[in-house]
Formats: sequence, structure tokens, C-alpha cells
Amino acid sequence: MTHAPLLAVEGLHMMFGGLVANRDISFSVGEGQIIGLIGPNGAGKTTLFNCLAGYYRPSAGTIRFNGVAVGGQTPEEAARRGIARTFQIVRIFPEMTVLENVMVGAMLRTKKVAAARAAAENELVFIGLDHRSDVKAAQLTVSEQKRLEVARALATHPRLILLDEVMAGLTPTEVREASQMVVRIRDRGISSIIVEHVMEGIMPISNRIIVLDAGVKIAEDAPAAIARNPAVIAAYLGE
Amino acid sequence: MDRLTLVKRILGLAVLIVALGFPLIVTQPTMVNFAILILMAAQLGVAWNILGGYAGQVSLGHAVFYGIGAYTSSVLAAKFGLSPWLGMLAGGAIASGFALLIGWPCFRLKGHYFAMATLAIAAIVEVLVTNWDYVEGAIGIYLPMTNSGWAGMVFTRSKTPYFYIALGLLLLSLLVSRILQKSYIGYYFRAIKEDPDAARSLGINLARYKLVAIAASAFLTAMGGTLYAQKELFIDPGSVLAGSLSIKIALIAILGGVGTLFGPVVGALVLIAIEEFTRQIFGSTGMGTDMIIYGGIIVIIAMFSPGGIAGLLGEWERAWRARRKLVYTPPGDGI
Repeated sequence: MTHAPLLAVEGLHMMFGGLVANRDISFSVGEGQIIGLIGPNGAGKTTLFNCLAGYYRPSAGTIRFNGVAVGGQTPEEAARRGIARTFQIVRIFPEMTVLENVMVGAMLRTKKVAAARAAAENELVFIGLDHRSDVKAAQLTVSEQKRLEVARALATHPRLILLDEVMAGLTPTEVREASQMVVRIRDRGISSIIVEHVMEGIMPISNRIIVLDAGVKIAEDAPAAIARNPAVIAAYLGE
Repeated sequence: MDRLTLVKRILGLAVLIVALGFPLIVTQPTMVNFAILILMAAQLGVAWNILGGYAGQVSLGHAVFYGIGAYTSSVLAAKFGLSPWLGMLAGGAIASGFALLIGWPCFRLKGHYFAMATLAIAAIVEVLVTNWDYVEGAIGIYLPMTNSGWAGMVFTRSKTPYFYIALGLLLLSLLVSRILQKSYIGYYFRAIKEDPDAARSLGINLARYKLVAIAASAFLTAMGGTLYAQKELFIDPGSVLAGSLSIKIALIAILGGVGTLFGPVVGALVLIAIEEFTRQIFGSTGMGTDMIIYGGIIVIIAMFSPGGIAGLLGEWERAWRARRKLVYTPPGDGI
């Protein structure tokens, strides 16, 4: 007998007026898995993230997290349940220091400032930003800001982290580092779903890849099989 | 603790000692009154700053809370003979309750729309109170002068006791600000101010913390209202509920530096000085020249130092520290 998956999505629809952004999407994520979520621009990847993280209420379908139906939850409820996220366009707190940014995340689990500071310092070491602790977040480079967002999300002690294009705009070396970072997050027992256009960043590390096109799931398979899937090739290159 | 921090601590202590001794040295009633006005303005700025500065929810209707404080204690004193000290707490409680009531719907509005809603609510309340006979409408309430002394918070011979009450209220407001600022709530306020969507992703319930901010801010503002009523022994809608008062309260904090502990104190010093100065030159109302100067100052602040006077000082401090670090980097402690 297998355990219930950490996240189970069934028949998810998301409509904005007449526009269908997600149509009948079903998939599941197990404990400690890395799932790649790819698809052309406008395929509905970020919409799906917003449904999972509580920013949108799905028009139909169910989302079960840890066995609990969480379809209509708010973002703050999602965070409390253990679903953390980053944003496609980074949303750090620019006037706060790097350390303070992460402390705000840690305060979800402890209201004591000293304890939050200690937890935040640990996350900054983990993510490799500890040497920038006292710098204003606005002064970081884009790649550092993306890591800061991940550290801040990790500080909330999630069981699932939704990473929205954390590798976009990075140099090849930085992409490799980002991949290793995701693996190290997995090694802490945290599952992740990664929206990404940078294939070399997610192909080697994902357990499975889900492909969306025009709001519909057109494929879900191991990375190697996805690269050969005719429907996927058609979606990306045209018929 | 480095040298600058030490200097700041000593300076703060010196200011406090001078403030405590001020009425003993300076006995001219006009000067004492001037000092009381600064302390009262500073207290209001500090109270406004909790909501408008730290939590970033700009209110242009704080006169409502001030008015509730003034009217609650005055009605209780004039009609029921209740001590203004208790009236001050009652006023604070009612103002907080009212703040929660209007905060619930208004905090769904973002940015400028929240400011506009507070402006409108303040205008409505002013009209309602002007037409409310129980609180004497436009005539206003005269407070009984019979109960002279500390118990009744009425001082007819010397204004000095008001000075100490105003100083006490200011210190209380600074203490509340400081405690909030240093706790997780202060971090949450800043997070909400800087990026509400990101704050939600970290489990922060926006409405709850905005309500905490407005309730604390309203309570302290209302306490200031009671002090005003006891000092003047007369209130009417024009003096404690006016729209211009709401603007002035916001200006004190914005001029001094939003989201800083002592910014509003500096702002009050500058604004009250301008107000009194123009009054002496141009007569009782200053013929609006103080407002013209305020306007000019706001333009200058917005253009050159959005962080206010305190923001400017903070920049100098950072520059000073950075320069010192460059010059005196001890060996083995480099980057």
C-alpha cells in the first residue's frame, strides 16, 4: 500500500471570465519529489501556481495537500500549511536588510525575534548569502535576490516549495548552482514544483516533468521521455 | 556599542533631562505654552506614525480619533463628573473600537484609496457631531473648572502640569512605538508596507496586523485629544475634528520622517515653530502663511528626501559609518 501523496490535484479548472487558463488538470506530488512544470508562454503555469498557493480560488476541481482539501484557501493559510512560493518577478522587501527579509519568513513559526534571527541566519548560510546579511535587499544582484526569495520561503518551514522561474536570466554557472540548490532542498525532505524555461536546469534533477500547453496538461513523464514526446515537440516547435 | 551610538544615547538623555527641567528654568507662560504645543504635536505624530509610517497605511482622517478622545472625556466629565483620567482611557477604548470598525472595510482598499476613505469618514463624522445635540453640536462643550488640581486634570494658575502630562503622553507613545517596532509585529508592519502580496506568501494575515496598527494608533491619538480638551477646557467640532487637523497630524510625521521613532518629534518641532512664528508676524491665524510654508516644505521633502528629516540624518549616519569603515578597517577584518 502506498502513502497518500503530499499534493494531489484533481480536475482543476481556472477561468477568468470566458478565458480558460487551466483546464481539467490532474497530477500529484510525492514527498521529497522534484516536479518540473514547463510549457510555452501563456500555457497557464503561473496560474496553476497561484491556485496552489491560494492566490486564486480554482473555478472547479480539488486540491488536496497532506490529505486535506485546500481548494479555497488564502495565501496565508497555504503558508501556514506548508506551501511556500517564490514569485516570477522577484518580490523581496527592498528596504529591509537581507537578514530581515528572511526573519519575516521565519516569524511564521516563531514570534520570538531572537529565534527568528537565528533561524534566518541558518537559511542564509544554506543558500550562500550569509556574507550579505546586513545589506539592503534592494542592493543585491538579481540572481542574489532570487536566492533571497528562496531562503525567505524556506524559513517558513514548508513541505512543498513552488519555485517560479528561479533560473531565468542566470548565467550557465548560476543555473548549475541553482539546480544543486533545488537538490539540497529536496535532501531536507522538502518537495518542489519548478516552473522553468531553462531546460538544462531542471531536466537532470526532476523526477517527472509536466507539460502544459494552452491551459491543458499535454504530457507527464520522466525527463528523458518528455524530450522525445511528439506532442511536446509539436507544442514547442509548432506542427 | 560604537562612538556614534554612544553619542546618540547621551544626546537622547540630555534632551530628556532638559525637557524635564524646562518649565523650572523657563517660566514665561508663552514659552511653556509653546513647548506644550510641540510635545502635543509630537505625540500625535508618533501615534499616527504607527499606522501611517510603520504599517504604511496613510490616514488623512486621524482627527476622528482625536475628536473621539476629546469628546468622550469631555462628555463624561461635563455630564457625569467622571475624572478625565478615566475619560482618557474610555476615549482611547472607544477610538480603538471605532478604528477597528472602519478599518475592517477600509483595509480592503489599497494605497491612495485607503487615504481617501479616511478623509471621507473624518469629514462625515465632523458633520454628524456638528449636528448632534447631545454633545452640544456646533456650540461645543465647556468643561467645568471647579475640579482644579491633578485629580480633575484642570490647572488654572500655571500651565506647567500640562507640560508634564504632554511629556508623559509623548514618552508613552514613543515606548509603545518602540516595543512594536522591536517585536515581530514591527517586522510584519514593514513587510506589509513594502510588499503585501509577498507578506501573504509568508503567512502574514494583512487585515489582522493593519487592525493592530490602527487600534494602537487610534488609542494614543485619542489620549492626545483628551489632553487638548483639558488644556483648553473647551472643545467644538472645528477645534478637534477639523480636516486641517488630520492633515497636520500626517504632516508632522511625514516632515520628520515616516517609519522612524523620533522623526515625528523633529517634525513637530519644525512645524509648530513655523506656525507660531507666522502667527507672531501675521496675526492670530497667520493668514494661512504657515500653510503656504508647510506646502513648500512638503514639496522640498518629496523631491530631495522622501524619508523626511530623520531620513536625511540616517543617510548622513550611514555615510559616516561607511567612511569610518573604509579608513579604519582593522587587519584581518576585511571583506
